[in-house]
Amino acid sequence: MSEVVSFKLSVRQSTGHSNCGVLTAFSAASASVRRGPGAESLTGPGLGKMIHSLFLINCSGDIFLEKHWKSVVSQSVCDYFFEAQEKAADVENVPPVISTPHHYLISIYRDKLFFVSVIQTEVPPLFVIEFLHRVADTFQDYFGECSEAAIKDNVVIVYELLEEMLDNGFPLATESNILKELIKPPTILRSVVNSITGSSNVGDTLPTGQLSNIPWRRAGVKYTNNEAYFDVVEEIDAIIDKSGSTVFAEIQGVIDACIKLSGMPDLSLSFMNPRLLDDVSFHPCIRFKRWESERVLSFIPPDGNFRLISYRVSSQNLVAIPVYVKHSISFKENSSCGRFDVTIGPKQNMGKTIEGVTVTVHMPKVVLNMNLTPTQGSYTFDPVTKVLTWDVGKITPQKLPSLKGLVNLQSGAPKPEENPSLNIQFKIQQLAISGLKVNRLDMYGEKYKPFKGVKYVTKAGKFQVRT
Amino acid sequence: MSSNSFAYNEQSGGGEATELGQEATSTISPSGAFGLFSSDLKKNEDLKQMLESNKDSAKLDAMKRIVGIKKLVYVYLVRYAEEQQDLALLSISTFQRALKDPNQLIRASALRVLSSIRVPIIVPIMMLAIKEAAADLSPYVRKNAAHAIQKLYSLDPEQKEMLIEVIEKLLKDKSILVAGSVVMAFEEVCPDRIDLIHKNYRKLCNLLVDVEEWGQVVIIHMLTRYARTQFVSPWREDDGLEDNEKSFYDSDDEQKEKTDKRKKPYTMDPDHRLLIRNTKPLLQSRNAAVVMAVAQLYWHISPKSEAGIISKSLVRLLRSNREVQYIVLQNIATMSIQRKGMFEPYLKSFYVRSTDPTMIKTLKLEILTNLANEANISTLLREFQTYVKSQDKQFAAATIQTIGRCATNISEVTDTCLSGLVCLLSNRDEIVVAESVVVIKKLLQMQPAQHGEIIKHMAKLLDSITVPVARASILWLIGENCERVPKIAPDVLRKMAKSFTSEDDLVKLQILNLGAKLYLTNSKQTKLLTQYILNLGKYDQNYDIRDRTRFIRQLIVPNEKSGALSKYAKKIFLAQKPAPLLESPFKDRDHFQLGTLSHTLNAKAAGYLELSNWPEVAPDPSVRNVEVIDLAKEWTPAGKAKNENPTKKFYSESEEEEDSSDSSSDSGSESGSESGEEDEEGDSSEDSSEDSSSEPESESGHQSDTENRRAAKRNSKTKGKGDSKDGKKENEKSKTSDSSNAESSSVEESSSDSESESESESESESRKVTKEKEKKAKQDRNRLATDASLLDLDDFNPVSTPVALPTPALSPSLIADLEGLNLSTSSSVISVSTPVFVPMKTHVLLHRMSGKGLAAHYSFPRQPCIFGDKMVSVQITLNNTTDKKIENIHIREKKLPIGMQMHVFNPIESLEPEGSITVSMGIDFCDSTQTASFQLCTKDDCFSVNIQPPVGELLLPVAMSEKDFKKEQGMLTGMNETSATIITAPQNFPPSVILQKVINVANAGVVPSGQDNIHRFAAKTVHSGSLMLVTVELKEGSTAQLIINTEKTVIGSVLLRELKPVLSQG
Repeated sequence: MSEVVSFKLSVRQSTGHSNCGVLTAFSAASASVRRGPGAESLTGPGLGKMIHSLFLINCSGDIFLEKHWKSVVSQSVCDYFFEAQEKAADVENVPPVISTPHHYLISIYRDKLFFVSVIQTEVPPLFVIEFLHRVADTFQDYFGECSEAAIKDNVVIVYELLEEMLDNGFPLATESNILKELIKPPTILRSVVNSITGSSNVGDTLPTGQLSNIPWRRAGVKYTNNEAYFDVVEEIDAIIDKSGSTVFAEIQGVIDACIKLSGMPDLSLSFMNPRLLDDVSFHPCIRFKRWESERVLSFIPPDGNFRLISYRVSSQNLVAIPVYVKHSISFKENSSCGRFDVTIGPKQNMGKTIEGVTVTVHMPKVVLNMNLTPTQGSYTFDPVTKVLTWDVGKITPQKLPSLKGLVNLQSGAPKPEENPSLNIQFKIQQLAISGLKVNRLDMYGEKYKPFKGVKYVTKAGKFQVRT
Repeated sequence: MSSNSFAYNEQSGGGEATELGQEATSTISPSGAFGLFSSDLKKNEDLKQMLESNKDSAKLDAMKRIVGIKKLVYVYLVRYAEEQQDLALLSISTFQRALKDPNQLIRASALRVLSSIRVPIIVPIMMLAIKEAAADLSPYVRKNAAHAIQKLYSLDPEQKEMLIEVIEKLLKDKSILVAGSVVMAFEEVCPDRIDLIHKNYRKLCNLLVDVEEWGQVVIIHMLTRYARTQFVSPWREDDGLEDNEKSFYDSDDEQKEKTDKRKKPYTMDPDHRLLIRNTKPLLQSRNAAVVMAVAQLYWHISPKSEAGIISKSLVRLLRSNREVQYIVLQNIATMSIQRKGMFEPYLKSFYVRSTDPTMIKTLKLEILTNLANEANISTLLREFQTYVKSQDKQFAAATIQTIGRCATNISEVTDTCLSGLVCLLSNRDEIVVAESVVVIKKLLQMQPAQHGEIIKHMAKLLDSITVPVARASILWLIGENCERVPKIAPDVLRKMAKSFTSEDDLVKLQILNLGAKLYLTNSKQTKLLTQYILNLGKYDQNYDIRDRTRFIRQLIVPNEKSGALSKYAKKIFLAQKPAPLLESPFKDRDHFQLGTLSHTLNAKAAGYLELSNWPEVAPDPSVRNVEVIDLAKEWTPAGKAKNENPTKKFYSESEEEEDSSDSSSDSGSESGSESGEEDEEGDSSEDSSEDSSSEPESESGHQSDTENRRAAKRNSKTKGKGDSKDGKKENEKSKTSDSSNAESSSVEESSSDSESESESESESESRKVTKEKEKKAKQDRNRLATDASLLDLDDFNPVSTPVALPTPALSPSLIADLEGLNLSTSSSVISVSTPVFVPMKTHVLLHRMSGKGLAAHYSFPRQPCIFGDKMVSVQITLNNTTDKKIENIHIREKKLPIGMQMHVFNPIESLEPEGSITVSMGIDFCDSTQTASFQLCTKDDCFSVNIQPPVGELLLPVAMSEKDFKKEQGMLTGMNETSATIITAPQNFPPSVILQKVINVANAGVVPSGQDNIHRFAAKTVHSGSLMLVTVELKEGSTAQLIINTEKTVIGSVLLRELKPVLSQG
């Protein structure tokens, strides 16, 4: 019990001074402000705002930003979160939904930051989670990264964004295109200009998109070079068992688009083999009926980069596994060493080169050190996290890359029960492993001729080899 | 604090912002009282200049900047209003002015801020502002009004009744922008007023796909609750039919579905079906919350056989980030307990990866356990073997529990599992062993008879195992089975007596238990040992152990003080104990609505609304009917009808101007004759401001027999009325009477009429909205319509100019849409009207220089083409500018894009010098602005020429009433709507100028408009006959909103682009 108390105290302290004071104005007020009918109504039925407050917390447990959409909730509510975090040991295991006496905390973990939202009443948890991720995506989109430093550097924009994204706790404008019309993303030039002229980043155009029925597209887009590029990216998720047979494999694909077209282009994208796409989720711009009837993606695209569709090629189809792994990892009984031998080779790679190969292994805790020789690439072993990373590079069939050597174990400790599984990353350019092919892209509604391009990449997704 | 230069919203910074904002507003409205601050701010100096400048662009820039500044002030105000109420009050008047701003964005954000100021004094002002905004022309402002409702309600719950009125009004809104927000407000303020939803139910279902994603989630959750109160359970179906059903639901063959359904006693309410059908596409949403919302809707309200389609989408979400996975897996866990079959095909998707976080791993394990059955258990057990060895020991332990559960659930594998678990007892990891012991203990308890060997094996483990729980479990097991292992048990007790003092409390208690049990069964060998242990326990540090010792001693050791109980000691200690039930922690979670916070927490969260059980008998479904009649009435060109019949005056007066055309002839006459019901109707029509004429019917329609009766009366009434109208209707066009008859006949269906078929249909069936029904009804109507028109032949004089089309000129897909809407059994009639005359524009086809003296011009006469009804007629004027005859002018080598067709003119034998001839041809442009290229040839030469049609010429004007227009427009929202705001000087906009400008560009028909500031134009595309609806709405100040609704979005946007400059020209 006393542990908890002292922990809370330490949190208070750390938030007290190291909390960078961004919001002292906010947080100082927060304690005293809970009054008026608003505070009373907190308990009443039907008075929940979907998202009441948001706290951003970094890895060391500092609350470095808070935002309230209604009355202010004290920072101390986060203590419950810290408690859960303590209990979970690993950041990955902090439960996303935590119940506290008066509030519910729904959090996400993104890029070493916790986004903790405070909820007062029943709400679909996914609604909040999805929204928080949308917030993180927006930060990423605006600042290039979603890190504590980036958020602190752009705190004004962050507040403006949060203000626009949520009204009274209910999502208002979450489309990146609309937001960018309302609030300009920062550039070095603009920040210089702003500091001289004293103007703000608030956009000087009216967000017409918000009013239209195509909210994802800005009006009056103009480009000198009109381009439309599509990246078909497929990831193979697989579990390969000890003997090399496939336990589970499926293909997860996405089509990411980069559209820089003037005016209001109406595009339709058709495939040679649309039947392959088993389960598809769409960007709102896609006309569902066209897809249902003709299997053609017809849409007025948002401006810039966006994810057009993501799809799954059903596990019923046979999935080609482009690599194989030969492995022999053994730990000797009653001895402080073991052997490690892994070789990677190409298999069913459709004649393409496999590049960017990396092997990551979480070694058992008793492993002290590893003494290995790669025939190709380089390896690192982190004795603290026990993670072995072997950066292989390209696989040439003539000379298969291998990594061999000795493993030093903690003496006296029992030998590990299980061999570690290997996580493999690779990339194959110019190939969609499912065989999906774009047939053609047509544009209507505009007169110019755009540059069009389609790129295919296959990658390893969650590709795991059990040993 | 000081180290941070980016401190935001500090007092000082905020203060400046306030000044800026006040200045800005005062610049807009010079009468403002806050202009004092302006002088010293240089920045605003140029703002003023800009505003005063003559250039539109400069003015525009200035306006935009003001919007920017204002927003900052707003942020500040909202944050600090509660603390500095007086200061905040100063700003109120500014907002009130801003609420009247011509710019809808400013109106909206002013409302947003005003409603966010949490100062109780301004509640009345807020109320007023909300009421006004709810009637705003801009849907964006109305959306904000819906948001403001919630804010005001939380500030002052007293306002509830008034707010409900506003909600009721906004629920009727047809804009997709508003729908989500108003349902949110509904859920906040009055979730129990389900009656408000009835009339909007179908509309919400139909709008759902186009609503923004966050709104979708809210609406779907609300409609789930709604469905559970209004429809009967679809779950009574025979299981045997499941597969059969599934196959035909998946196919889109609605017809078949319908016939099949009839065979069964249960028929799903068509509205119920509508909801299920309209939410299905949303399973493909990119938003996990939407997918989950649809999934729970299917789970809770669809027939069990159809819920299967959600599994695929839910499995897809598992690729998402860990938080989404967590929630989705929880929900799948709950579902998989009840309906294993749903997720069985996806078994492998729940296989665990070593990189998954532990909470995800355990959830997946949970699901795998739920899915385990005789067929897949061997595969699963093999998979579990991998997990048991996992480095994540917590997970390994969970796996062992899982194996235990599989062993109990599937009797075939109990022995296998048990021996597997026994093998694990020699595992090196203690946690694994301990967990195995615990699980084995539970398993053995269920079938203790034949497992003496295992118990012996476990007894040996006591030497090596140290985990207290496991030791305690072994001791308990030996104690329970002490009669089966008579030799070992006393020996174990001996060993334990030796180590008693060093054991964990948990183990000590079990040693005491073991001692007691042995004392009772085998006192000869163990009496002394037990007494020794009891003595040790007497002086133990832990009071629990001391208490237990005392208790046991009194109970088992007979002495004079011991009561009657000791006789029963054996029965007490060695009673048959029920085997523990190993079941999923998700077992009973499904009493919470899936996808909710309460479900995730497995506890009722504040504000959780219970999902009610299906009603035994469905509440009267006709309450939703309103809209059928409602919309059907909208389709009558009532603008004329209104003027015809003086009895209708009562109704038209109670309506708002723009909706005046609502009043239809039948309701009017009905009110005149049925005096008994008049009062009631009058009342309700007064409080419902929009759609008023149709409302009364819904309200009085609670009893279907009343409705029947009334319908019958109305029916006879209509006919009588038809006669009475004879003289007045002279100018009425044929379509008018047509549709009004169609109108009445749709109501007639249920009543006794000459149509025997419709007679046989029950009242409830007339409400069926499945497509088959729809089609049939349509046929009925058509038949009725012809009948009626035969009867009423004298009613109208066919007017020659408008060409009534034999079939409704709706594109097939539009018809499909209409059917999807299911709102009514009639559709509006679109007829091509005569084009408004505009000076013909001629375009050069061939210049005389390049044509060697032959000049050609083309123009679009805007007449229906005589060569084919999909063609645009083109007039070509040929001039001979040479001094010789040009012979044999003809067309060759048409290079037309695919699908385009062209009807050429007959070759011209000769054209005299200075002569000119005009010929006409027809080109089917396939509704695109693609160029038609061909060669214009003379006897000697060939010239390549092109005709590219302006988009406005691809249209034919359509005559329709304002009501029809609105109705059609309502169906062409979402992707089908494009709009733009145009800025121009207001003095340039007398109606005639606008009319002229639009018609010049597009060959459209003018729709009579009830409002001076809104101009509507209707046309259809020549090729496909898709409607093209153009609305020009003049706003206060110098803006106009241009909206185009059409299914042909491409042409729509091109037309918008062409109209924009024309309308914004000064």
